[in-house]
Amino acid sequence: MSGRRWYRTAGRYATLTVLALMFVFPLYMMVVNSLLPPEQLLKKANFWVSPGDALWGGYSTAWNDGHIGEYLGNSVVVTTLIVAGQVVTAVLAAYAFAFLDFPLKRTLFVVFLTTMMIPFEVVFFVNLDTITDFGDLPLVGDYVGFDTYGGLALPFLATGFGAFLVRQAFLSLPRDLRDAAALDGYGHFRFLTRVAIPLARPSIAALGLFAFFGAWNQYLWPLVASTEDHRTVQVGLGFVSEGSVDQVNVAFAALVLASIPLFVLLIVFQKQLVRGLTAGAVKG
Amino acid sequence: MREALLGYALVLPALLVFGTFIFYPFVRTAWLGLFEQPLFGGDSTWVGLDQYLDEWRSDDFRNSLFVTVKFAVFTVPVGISLGVLLAVVGHQRLRGIGVYRTIFSSTVATSIAVASVLFFTLFNQQLGVLTKLLNREGETPVLDDPRLAFIAVCGVTIWQNLGLSFIVISAGLQAVPDELLEAARVDGAGAFRRFFRVTMPLLSPTLLFAVVVGSILAFQAFAQVDLLTEGGPGDRTNVLTYAIKTTALGNPPDQGAAAAYAMALFAITLLLTVVQLRFLERRVTYER
Repeated sequence: MSGRRWYRTAGRYATLTVLALMFVFPLYMMVVNSLLPPEQLLKKANFWVSPGDALWGGYSTAWNDGHIGEYLGNSVVVTTLIVAGQVVTAVLAAYAFAFLDFPLKRTLFVVFLTTMMIPFEVVFFVNLDTITDFGDLPLVGDYVGFDTYGGLALPFLATGFGAFLVRQAFLSLPRDLRDAAALDGYGHFRFLTRVAIPLARPSIAALGLFAFFGAWNQYLWPLVASTEDHRTVQVGLGFVSEGSVDQVNVAFAALVLASIPLFVLLIVFQKQLVRGLTAGAVKG
Repeated sequence: MREALLGYALVLPALLVFGTFIFYPFVRTAWLGLFEQPLFGGDSTWVGLDQYLDEWRSDDFRNSLFVTVKFAVFTVPVGISLGVLLAVVGHQRLRGIGVYRTIFSSTVATSIAVASVLFFTLFNQQLGVLTKLLNREGETPVLDDPRLAFIAVCGVTIWQNLGLSFIVISAGLQAVPDELLEAARVDGAGAFRRFFRVTMPLLSPTLLFAVVVGSILAFQAFAQVDLLTEGGPGDRTNVLTYAIKTTALGNPPDQGAAAAYAMALFAITLLLTVVQLRFLERRVTYER
């Protein structure tokens, strides 16, 4: 390696490292502060905690007294409902739009796309009234009303984007496949489950991931449509952080606990994640 | 005939959701804006378009609109520029580059709520490390400072979005053929020329997409304002979404006035989404 090249490589690593340190600094401080006694933070800025001095109590306090455990459970339930709902409704509608012929098909597809133009922030306060009224319904009221899992999930069980994404995947399947399947005596149901869904799996998986992130990170709706009982972790964090100054390690521990699920996902599914998050932006 | 029935049956579940939670509340919101609620309770009265016009002319609305546009104009270009910087730096072929790439995507694993609560605590006046590093002890807390609070909200937003921008722009960079860059190098183009003459033009569709989607998301930002500043100090971070929430669910709630704010937010989103759909359609058709 020539002298000049050595300098350049070192320079590149230096740039990368400086940027990485600046970028990750808040996350690093989140972990350090969760392990330090609050009295120590009051005195001066601490950038390090030695393993011997680490105070782990903040985590159990956040999990139990801060209810982060329950909030995470609520998030898992609501997110699962939303992801399942979005994938199912998108696949069904996409099948109709891609493979079936019926009057008003184009108009209905435009209606689907139109939903993308109305932000949830515009309609949420009327939806809050709707969900509250749903609570009075016979039989199902206890499951779909205000402060229920159903109420938190219902408005997000379908998206125009999802149907659009899966329809595109279905349309890209060769026409001959449909004809061949018909010759083999496949009805719509068998064609959908045996041919169309398996072949469109990358797009469906991308939609699933996209839906997961959207649902998991939701804030406004769970903030206004739930109380303590069904509060999701994103909203719950705001309540933990309102604790007193001598409990600040608990707030940081709560943040770490709330971030762990997505960090695990990021590390395990990095490749798929990239594809899911860039769906629509760049097709690879 | 059977095919038609099946078609309707398959689109029905999604249509029910859209009808109940998007189209109905949209029409209802627009309708509610035509009624004015008296300040101290009682039945609301029909005022036609007066409420819309009055609200849109009010100082509070103008301030919210201004703050929201300023927020988008601040966060989107800065966020995307930083995303390009990280993506270009992370695109080099070096040993261990995977570690850096994971770090640059790491804020994808946070949410805007996590990021906001994190910075809220790091800005804590008594023990926040950022308060100490910025030497703000004994001064107005950053999140209460009329000038700094807005910048802080923007900064947190940019940081939290940067992981996603990095991923999206990196994916766009993959599409720039190495041979093209190599050819430019052989022709004697320096690093800057290669970047601006080869990489940027090929990256521009990705960047355009990121700008449009980023703008839509910026206009819908809510959590960071709710958690960091609650619209303050002095309404300087009171974006449209936050104003809608505090008006519609305030004490007393005023859905009519909130509707005027909501319809303005809709108009802006509509404009941006039309651009986005045009773009999506074109990308998808060109590929096939």
